[in-house]
Amino acid sequence: MVAFFVAIALAAPFLAPQDPLATSWSAVRAAPSAANWFGADELGRDVLSRVIWGTRASILAGVVSVTIALALGVPIGMLAGYAGGWLDALLSRITDAMLACPFLILAIALAAFLGPSLTNAMIAIGVSATPVFIRLTRAQVLSAKSEEYVEAARALGNPHLRIALRHIFPNIVAPLIVQATLAIAAAVIAEASLSFLGLGQQPPAPSWGSMLNTAKNYIDQAPWMAIWPGLSIFLLVLSFNLLGDGLRDALDPRHK
Amino acid sequence: MGRFLLQRLAQIVPTLFFVSLLIFGLQQLLPGDPAVAMAGEDRDPETIRYLREKFHLDEPLPVRYWYWLSGVAHGDLGESVRIQKPVLDLILEKLPVTLQLASMAIVIALLIGVTAGVISAVKKDTWLDYAANVFALWGLSTPNFWLGILLILLFAVNLGWLPASGYVSPFEDLKGNLAAMIMPAFVLGNAFASILMRHTRSAMLQVLSSDYVRTARAKGLNERVVVLKHALRNALIPVITLGALSFGELLGGTVLTETIFSIPGFGKLVVDAVFNRDYSVVQGVVLCTATAYITLNLLADVAYFLVNPRLRV
Repeated sequence: MVAFFVAIALAAPFLAPQDPLATSWSAVRAAPSAANWFGADELGRDVLSRVIWGTRASILAGVVSVTIALALGVPIGMLAGYAGGWLDALLSRITDAMLACPFLILAIALAAFLGPSLTNAMIAIGVSATPVFIRLTRAQVLSAKSEEYVEAARALGNPHLRIALRHIFPNIVAPLIVQATLAIAAAVIAEASLSFLGLGQQPPAPSWGSMLNTAKNYIDQAPWMAIWPGLSIFLLVLSFNLLGDGLRDALDPRHK
Repeated sequence: MGRFLLQRLAQIVPTLFFVSLLIFGLQQLLPGDPAVAMAGEDRDPETIRYLREKFHLDEPLPVRYWYWLSGVAHGDLGESVRIQKPVLDLILEKLPVTLQLASMAIVIALLIGVTAGVISAVKKDTWLDYAANVFALWGLSTPNFWLGILLILLFAVNLGWLPASGYVSPFEDLKGNLAAMIMPAFVLGNAFASILMRHTRSAMLQVLSSDYVRTARAKGLNERVVVLKHALRNALIPVITLGALSFGELLGGTVLTETIFSIPGFGKLVVDAVFNRDYSVVQGVVLCTATAYITLNLLADVAYFLVNPRLRV
């Protein structure tokens, strides 16, 4: 299912039957028909074409924000777990402080201060998701640090950086992949939420969240405007959640 | 107990310090001159000068932080530049509405989540277990603002049973208040119920395979008594702790739920503040939610300590 959505995002220019930005006064809030399979919105734009193009924004936001979270969280978590002592205590307290701010509220605050745009929304979501990766990486490093193969590498005189990158990191990748997959699902919802509030992708560019924001004003006249983008978010998030659960079952022996 | 509390409180102090740094740091993200950004489209030189003076923007960063922190320590979270009211007053004014919404959502989530979790564990690998797992995946994957729109379409537009949006005080009209709050509470509680269901199922499966449950069964006790009295009581301990950790997500959810249903609570306050460039209100709301989260976690830890005798040894 994830591959299906990625294919739609990549092939959007070929799959979309109409220009997602083209307005048509004769099709304002038109019900689903042969001309507009998913109906048309308040400006007569084809909902199907906008849903197809919106896949790009959602997948991009999910992947880029989790990449930001990984890029920040994994090195900091490794440093905290490997170094230990006061540095670990300091980094752990900073992580606790970030975790104390609810994910969505922190993302909204960051997006509000940075300014509304898809790029800033991705940065806001990525930074808000970082503490989870710091904590997970730190816990994994702490557990791997006392393993015999790490002690052997240390006894052989390997430098710390080499031990961390060549010996510890490959052994903690599996739980990070599982968490990253589940985090993409959360990031897709967060991007849709920020766009719904007007803090993500800016109109007229298509985004599932902003489509739902407009749709709520026409719910009694054109319910199809709300049904398709919402269903798309649900299916994409469900796909990443199922992939995450599957990967956890496959990679973590305790879940077998 | 006293030593445990002291240890936990000692951990909270640096966390609160970093929370304050993080929230103060938000203001530094404003592009360009913060006073101009806060003045918005107005850009009246008098307003800009007033904001610069008010927020000590000409002072060095550490001095500004000190002014801000001293204010916060004295309960002064700043003033809303749009509504011209203290931020703390605004938050306290909106808080009861959000607390009612959150409490109703928690009750709904507990009823659905814990019940589904228990049934799923007791009937493991049956269609009831699969159905409960599908429900959990549905809850975790559904954006609550979409669920809200669908429920409005069904119960307000098509059936006409419930109001589509708005808020009535319970002191004015209790029935009207419950009618207006039941849909938002369900929307907010839906994802929380899924999280609770997963935790309850996993905790129940662990407890059901333990020795004391086997002993209770061997004594010939009724299965209902074994599940509800022996297993569930113990399984709920970690569920409550994990539930407290998910409280932040519930607070985050109020932002969207209150926006969809036009409920004048804490969440709507932050959204309105974002669009009015009322940054003191945004900072105040983040600070209050973070403090509430930290306090709740402390209470959950204390509760866990009190109900778990092994920790008291």
